[in-house]
Amino acid sequence: MSKADLFRAEAAKRILLTDGAFGTMIQGYGLDEAAYRGEYDTGFDQKGNNDLLALTRPDIIDAITREYLAAGSDIVSTNTFNANTISQADYGAQFLVRAMNLAAAKIARQAADDFEAKDGRPRFVAGAVGPTNKTLSLSPDVNDPGFRAIDFDELKEVYRDQVDALLDGGCDFILIETIFDTLNAKAGIMAVIEAGDARGEPVPLMISMTITDMSGRNLSGHSVEAFWAAVRHARPLTIGLNCSFGAPQLRPHVATLAAQADALMMVYPNAGLPNELGAYDEEPHTTGGFIAEWAATGLINIVGGCCGTTPAHIAKMAEAVQGHTPRALPTPPVKMMLAGLEPFVIAA
Amino acid sequence: MATAPDMTPDDEPRTRATFVNIGERTNVTGSAAFKKLIMAGDYVKAVEVARAQVENGAQVIDVNMDEGLLDAEHAMTTFLKLIAAEPDIARVPVMVDSSKWSVIEAGLKCVSGKPIVNSISMKEGEEAFLYHARKCMAYGAAVVVMAFDETGQADTKARKIEICGRAYKLLVGIGFPPEDIIFDPNIFAVATGIEEHNNYGVDFIEATREIRQRCPHAHISGGLSNLSFSFRGNEPVRRAMHSIFLYHAIPAGMDMGIVNAGQLDVYDQIDPELRVACEDVILNKDPDATERLITIAEKYRGQKDTVAEKAAEEWRGWPVAKRLEHALVKGLDAFVVEDTEEARQNFPRPIEVIEGPLMDGMNVVGDLFGSGKMFLPQVVKSARVMKKAVAHLLPFIEAAKEIGARPKGRIVMATVKGDVHDIGKNIVGVVLACNGYDIIDLGVMVPWTQILESANENDADMIGLSGLITPSLDEMVTVAAEMQRIGMTMPLLIGGATTSKVHTAIKIAPAYKGPVVHVLDASRAVGVASTLMSDTQKDGFVEKTAAEYDAVRRAREGKGQNELATLAEARANAFAFDPAQMAPAAAKPGLHVFEDWDLADLRDTIDWTPFFRAWELAGNFPTILDDAVVGESARSLYADAQAMLDRIVAEKWLTARGVAGLWPCRRDGDDILVRSGDAEVRMPMLRQQIRKREGRANMCLADFISPDGDWIGGFAVTAGHGIDERSAAFRAAHDDYSDIMLKALADRLAEAFAERLHAHVRADLWGYALGEQLTNEALIREQYRGIRPAPGYPACPDHSLKPILFDLLKATDATGVTLTEHFAMLPTAAVSGFYFGHADSQYFGVARIGKDQLEDYAQRRQVDIETAERWLRPNLD
Repeated sequence: MSKADLFRAEAAKRILLTDGAFGTMIQGYGLDEAAYRGEYDTGFDQKGNNDLLALTRPDIIDAITREYLAAGSDIVSTNTFNANTISQADYGAQFLVRAMNLAAAKIARQAADDFEAKDGRPRFVAGAVGPTNKTLSLSPDVNDPGFRAIDFDELKEVYRDQVDALLDGGCDFILIETIFDTLNAKAGIMAVIEAGDARGEPVPLMISMTITDMSGRNLSGHSVEAFWAAVRHARPLTIGLNCSFGAPQLRPHVATLAAQADALMMVYPNAGLPNELGAYDEEPHTTGGFIAEWAATGLINIVGGCCGTTPAHIAKMAEAVQGHTPRALPTPPVKMMLAGLEPFVIAA
Repeated sequence: MATAPDMTPDDEPRTRATFVNIGERTNVTGSAAFKKLIMAGDYVKAVEVARAQVENGAQVIDVNMDEGLLDAEHAMTTFLKLIAAEPDIARVPVMVDSSKWSVIEAGLKCVSGKPIVNSISMKEGEEAFLYHARKCMAYGAAVVVMAFDETGQADTKARKIEICGRAYKLLVGIGFPPEDIIFDPNIFAVATGIEEHNNYGVDFIEATREIRQRCPHAHISGGLSNLSFSFRGNEPVRRAMHSIFLYHAIPAGMDMGIVNAGQLDVYDQIDPELRVACEDVILNKDPDATERLITIAEKYRGQKDTVAEKAAEEWRGWPVAKRLEHALVKGLDAFVVEDTEEARQNFPRPIEVIEGPLMDGMNVVGDLFGSGKMFLPQVVKSARVMKKAVAHLLPFIEAAKEIGARPKGRIVMATVKGDVHDIGKNIVGVVLACNGYDIIDLGVMVPWTQILESANENDADMIGLSGLITPSLDEMVTVAAEMQRIGMTMPLLIGGATTSKVHTAIKIAPAYKGPVVHVLDASRAVGVASTLMSDTQKDGFVEKTAAEYDAVRRAREGKGQNELATLAEARANAFAFDPAQMAPAAAKPGLHVFEDWDLADLRDTIDWTPFFRAWELAGNFPTILDDAVVGESARSLYADAQAMLDRIVAEKWLTARGVAGLWPCRRDGDDILVRSGDAEVRMPMLRQQIRKREGRANMCLADFISPDGDWIGGFAVTAGHGIDERSAAFRAAHDDYSDIMLKALADRLAEAFAERLHAHVRADLWGYALGEQLTNEALIREQYRGIRPAPGYPACPDHSLKPILFDLLKATDATGVTLTEHFAMLPTAAVSGFYFGHADSQYFGVARIGKDQLEDYAQRRQVDIETAERWLRPNLD
């Protein structure tokens, strides 16, 4: 059975758990620049380069991964959100991108395999691919709205390098997450399709959009439904939302997507909205309460946490989903679904 | 969700109720006007064509740039990127239309939603057809499949059905979703006078019915304008023909069409005579039908339907102020120059156009944006319109030599260190710039040193800080504290996604005595900036804001304390002192004065990276010298610096004076008692009070000192003696470059002195690191045992310890460095601090402390609470 089939089989039995935030957990270690940098002097300040830690402090990444697995995560994602040559250029660390992804994937793989060996429950590794800090849909220059800082093919190659390294490192799936620009995601999807072609088997994709305003759009302006129309061709293993807000603000958009997407629904919200001091202070049991309601109303197949969430949050979510039936996949009528910023459905 | 409206009348049974209009006005082959615009490179007006089309009801817009004299790929991508920036247009899907695959693929790379490709076909065989189909699937596009095969275009009903059926089978065979297939069975011109053409309408309609049955879920589309090609120039007849054709083709299963949405008639409202004549032609009722239509067609030539045009242009008839507002809110710049000019004629002074209607319009934009009714891309467009309007007015303003012609103010903006997000900051910068502010944008990951230097060097009126990630909040407090430290008074604006009024009030405002204002979003920036630049409004606004923030702080009192441990708890969680790691007694106790440290020695110890940063050259030394962007300037600057250093050393422009002291001491609670002669001098330290994770201590510098007797050191160094004369000479010669260079080098030499002296103390005076051999690089990275924290820096944030340290060191006598009433050192190229030798000693930030510690500290320092509060303000709530 392929990993994707095994995953679907598990998801049919119960609501699965993914992991929570890495950033918040890493911040807790209070690392200084030297700790981030390790032996890798690129001539840039490395403080905050969390992805580099897979090479310089693998012990920390491993420990956090295992904390999530111990809390109940069925999926662990690699700590590679910014491990692409665009984001790493800010740290002069482009040449380390492949090594970072390989190392991060191996850490997650080993941890997942160890836990699976212990209790026999299947664990999965998702190679996390972030949006980069460039956007294919918006011009950074207000006087030149037709300008783009990067083009589709360049971005596709950036993604391809990361995806290849993640797969070589042992990831089961590729998770394109925190999608603020739908066209970036489409370049990512193309990279994954081409990686699958090169490997001779399709690479299972997890796709996760982030909403940047309360009206339910991402930065490129797409509504949740338009987004689904724009990425449905990837036939993803999971579709969903992450980051954005806390669970209550995200709920209506989750419900919209859950009603029409014929893919497993994975949602990992933040631990509430940041307070005025920028910290996330939603208590694990509070998050757990929201998730229990989602589970009870059949909105989700996989749940986890984004910014501000900790293993304690995941543990509470695991409790919350216990015994609830996973969301049944809808069978939407066969219709052409086009999209601009708004979806446009043409009934045949 | 948008669905297609029912276009068909109710009086006949309809098998399918929907029809999708695909606009063809942005098609160079379908619209002469659009082609003219594109050929002339007038993309601004071309974008307006797309907007009008969507406003007229097109549900999908067809973009086609197939014109022999055009670089179609370039035109296609340029136009698609431009309309992507227009939310009013981008809300509908795009049809990427070209006969060249390379143009289609280039277009697909610019479209973010789910588009339609128009078209692919089996013209070049099955292999190419399937290659293109697979690509469309991977790009996430639906496809129009032309009824075209290796032998040519399908004209008869049978050929249409045969080709479409074969294509359908092939596509479904490779997993292409059948609902994403749109067949175009070719609408050809009728009434051409050639008999074989007479049945083309009927062939299309009947083939459509059949294809819909044989190919489940697939759609049928067609380009309508071909049909009436014989009547070009006679719009009323063409409109009638199109409407009547659809009236019959839609029930047969045609559910899409390339139609000029503004140019369709309602079937029932067509003149009956014309209607019957058209119907007879389209349905090929008799051989004379064409002749009849040609005969009556002349009656209709030249009639115009202006209803649609009137609706689209209605706003053009509004008063000019309203038009400007409309243009700003909608981001329309096609008419903004003429409207601005018209407004200028109405005002005595051109500046009043900016202050009046344009600012009013921007305020509407701001309110809409603030209330979530406009989105970021729209605001950016509004800013662009504003900029065009202002650009038009500027020459008039300058000609009138008005006050308004000068920049309204100069603002240094930066995304703070550690943060790379700059979209928000760029937008604020643009909005301010187009409102007449001079913006100095330092970019992202900007350290506070650079922000302050830039503000000073550029004589800025205010500083704007931006950040998106939470650690940026602390960095902003650092910037504010540093602004305070060097005695700045200019306003500080705070913005960015995670910033808030509360954080600004509680954390940032207390760190800085000048005005601090949280700016909620880009739309508020102009209002805040103009108020702060106003002689009459500034003070009131600053007071009001300060009072508001004060109220926020008061409201927070009693709240948020849970983040802090009590002082007792923090002390119970002190850093565990390991006696085994203590440094030995100092080898050479007492004071050691260095009247004239060898500048050549210091020169070798310089940390060059901050030097380049001081010159706003980003990058670390020495890699910066080879940097692709700044390498050349860095090399030239470095060469100049070396040349000046040669002279500084050879001609002894500067004198490096320093003092180091080593004293016995002991810890008493959070105080360090330093033995100086017979007296014990109390040096109270601050302890971290933020509640820590399990296993992490609440640190205090006193934790590194043994209560049973230990050693501590102190130092003060300067490389600034002699600088004033030189500096004055450079300025007199208008040589700013050398003046700044000298100051920057003096700062570097002072820092190098501090590092060099510390090494000498470790290896010789204190002597706990006798064998220490460190490269300069290792020194810069502080890869040695012991620390040298300075009063006013995070581990020891209270500047007021400096006088006590100076007394112990007799520093002013020894080095000539004096302290100002705010504890700033003069000359400014100076460094002072303590030496700790314990192997576990490390730098940390005291950060926020509680009232309990404040009171305790005041008592230990023997000052009243107010004084202690003033000293410790950055660390207080």
